[in-house]
Parts: sequence; C-alpha cells; structure tokens
Amino acid sequence: MVIYGTALLAACLLIGTVVGRALGQTLGLNSDLGGVGIAMLLLIGGISWLRQRRLMPTVTESGIQYWSLLYVPIVVAMAASQNVMGALSGGLVAAAAGTVPVAACFLLTAALIRMAEQGRD
Amino acid sequence: MQLLNDVLTQYNLLTAFVFVGLLMFAAEVASQRLTGGRIHPSAIAIAFGLLLAGLAGWYSGGTKGVADVPLLAGTGLLGGAMLRDLSIVATAFSVRADEFLRNGLWGALSLALGLFTSFATGAVIAWLCGYRDAVSITTIAAGAATYIVGPVTGTALNASSDVIALSVAAGLVKAVTVMLITPFVASAIRLDTPRAAMIFGGLQGTNSGVIAGLAATNPQLVPYGAMTATFYTGLGCLLGPSVVFLTVRAVLAVVGGQ
Repeated sequence: MVIYGTALLAACLLIGTVVGRALGQTLGLNSDLGGVGIAMLLLIGGISWLRQRRLMPTVTESGIQYWSLLYVPIVVAMAASQNVMGALSGGLVAAAAGTVPVAACFLLTAALIRMAEQGRD
Repeated sequence: MQLLNDVLTQYNLLTAFVFVGLLMFAAEVASQRLTGGRIHPSAIAIAFGLLLAGLAGWYSGGTKGVADVPLLAGTGLLGGAMLRDLSIVATAFSVRADEFLRNGLWGALSLALGLFTSFATGAVIAWLCGYRDAVSITTIAAGAATYIVGPVTGTALNASSDVIALSVAAGLVKAVTVMLITPFVASAIRLDTPRAAMIFGGLQGTNSGVIAGLAATNPQLVPYGAMTATFYTGLGCLLGPSVVFLTVRAVLAVVGGQ
C-alpha cells in the first residue's frame, strides 16, 4: 500500500528530528543538529533492509517517490515565503556580511572540489 | 467572487499547489522562450518566487513573503520546514549510500572550513563597518553563517535587538545570494558530482540556499548537499556563542576595542 512508503518516510523524519534536537539539547543548543541527515540515513537503511526481505513493492516505493519528485515545487514555495524585504532592509552591513562570505566559500568550494578530484585520480 | 475567495482561502494548501504550478509553468515558458533553455526553469521559478516574496513583503509589511497574503497562506505550509524536510529526506530514496560514507571526510572538512570562513569574513566586515564590541561583532559574524545562527548567538550573548535584526538580514542575503548564484557558477567550479555537492553544502551551509541552489543546478545532487548542510546550522549555534565569541574577544584585546 502506498501509505506504507509515506509512513516510513514520515517516521524517519520524525525520528531524525527528535534525535537531532536531543543532540542539540545535550550540547546546550536551542537548535537541531543534523536531523535531516539522520533521517536520510534511516530511510536509506530502512529501504535496503526492506528490499532485502522483499517487503518493498513498487506501490510502497511510490509513496516515497511522490514526495521526492515534489521537491522542486516545494523549494519554489519556500523561496516565495522568504523574508526578502528583511534581507533588503539590512542595508550595506547585511549586504556585505551576506555576500562576501558566499564569494569566499565559492572560491573554497572550487579549490576543495579540485583537490578531491585529484585525490581520486 | 466572495465565494471563490472563501474557498481559495479555506483550502489554502490546494491554492498553493495551483499557485506554485502556475509559477513553474511560467518559469518553464520563460526558460524556453527567453533563454533558449540555457537557464534552468527551476532557477527562474526560484527567482520568480523570491521576487514575489519581496513584493508581498513590501505590500503587507510581513516577514513570510507571499504567505502573508491570506489567499496564499498555504504557500507557507507547502514551503515550510515540515514538508520541505519531508521531500528532502525523500530524495535520499535515489541516493547511493556508499557516496555518503566514501565522501564523509570531505563533508566534515568542508563544514569546518565553511564555518571558519563565514565567521572570519563576517567578523572582519563588522569591524570595517565600525563595530568594536565583541558581542556585536560575534553576532554579525554568526549571521554571516546562517539566519538562524545569527539570532541564536545574539540572544545567547545578550546582543542588542538591532544587531540581532542585522544578523538575520545578513543570513537572508546569504541564502538568497546562494540560491541565485549557484546555477550560474556550478559548471565553472565543477559542481557536478555527489562529492562536490557534499563539499558545497558544507562550505555554504545555508540550508535553503544550498537546497534551492542545487535544485536549480541538478536536482539529483540535492540530497548530498542537504546531508552536509544539515549539520552546519547546529554546529554554528554551538561554536558562535562559545569559541567564536572568545576568539573575537581575544583578537579585540590585541587590536584594540572595548
């Protein structure tokens, strides 16, 4: 049944978020530490466990796949609900503090990617 | 007319599906007709979304973009943390687990380097803009990490509310910049493998920026970038009020400040 896939997906995110927040709280943070990453690992593990036992028919998979395909529209909805005026109202300090680190990190991304590719050769 | 308005407002999630669907369609047409398919439709749709969010914020004075317009309130639910994270986790469905494990070290390295770079450049900019107290400099530097690290750090350090607002604004500028720039620089920096996406996610860190930037570049890379970026904000909140604050204070003691 299609709901099994969606239920598995939702359960993974719920568990991941609880673990991420618990991890954050233990470290005295008011924040989630890696909840989405933990949820992804749970889902990957869960799917392969179920597949090995042949408990993962295509219908069940489509309950997960639908949400993964909806992902770009959801990101567009996220962009449309950003506080863009808030970003613009910060003036020069916010503009500089928001763009200079991005530029620096893009340069570093290029450098690290190159290093990583060389390491592979 | 009133009836239509009532239904659209009441069933706002459905209205949001239609709204985003139309936005995607407009972006696809614009991508084909105006750019000959060179700019990815997702990138255009995200830019449209940001533009509309800016207009809505200007019109309504709110902070949630088009979601502040009652008719489009469902967009906030559709693009909110719950469904966004659900769909991101779902993308792990088509992911190769061994890529995560094989590239874990690069992910961790890029996280450390990304946080350090954002904090350091943010602090220097705060100094250049005339801030001389450790609390304000640390808070603005934390905003240069993400718009969540900024206020969390500022609150922990008892920063003034205008400095906290500034740190949120800096983080928002960062998210928007990464969303818009990534598809244009992706090929130049060779952002085209799972490993590269993990490095990118760890270095830029801003969740919404990384996710939207990768979605507009190559949706298959999204889960890899999201995997590292998801640790960034939490680690930033851990380091901001502690290590970074102490470092900034120590540096100020040398170069002069309050």
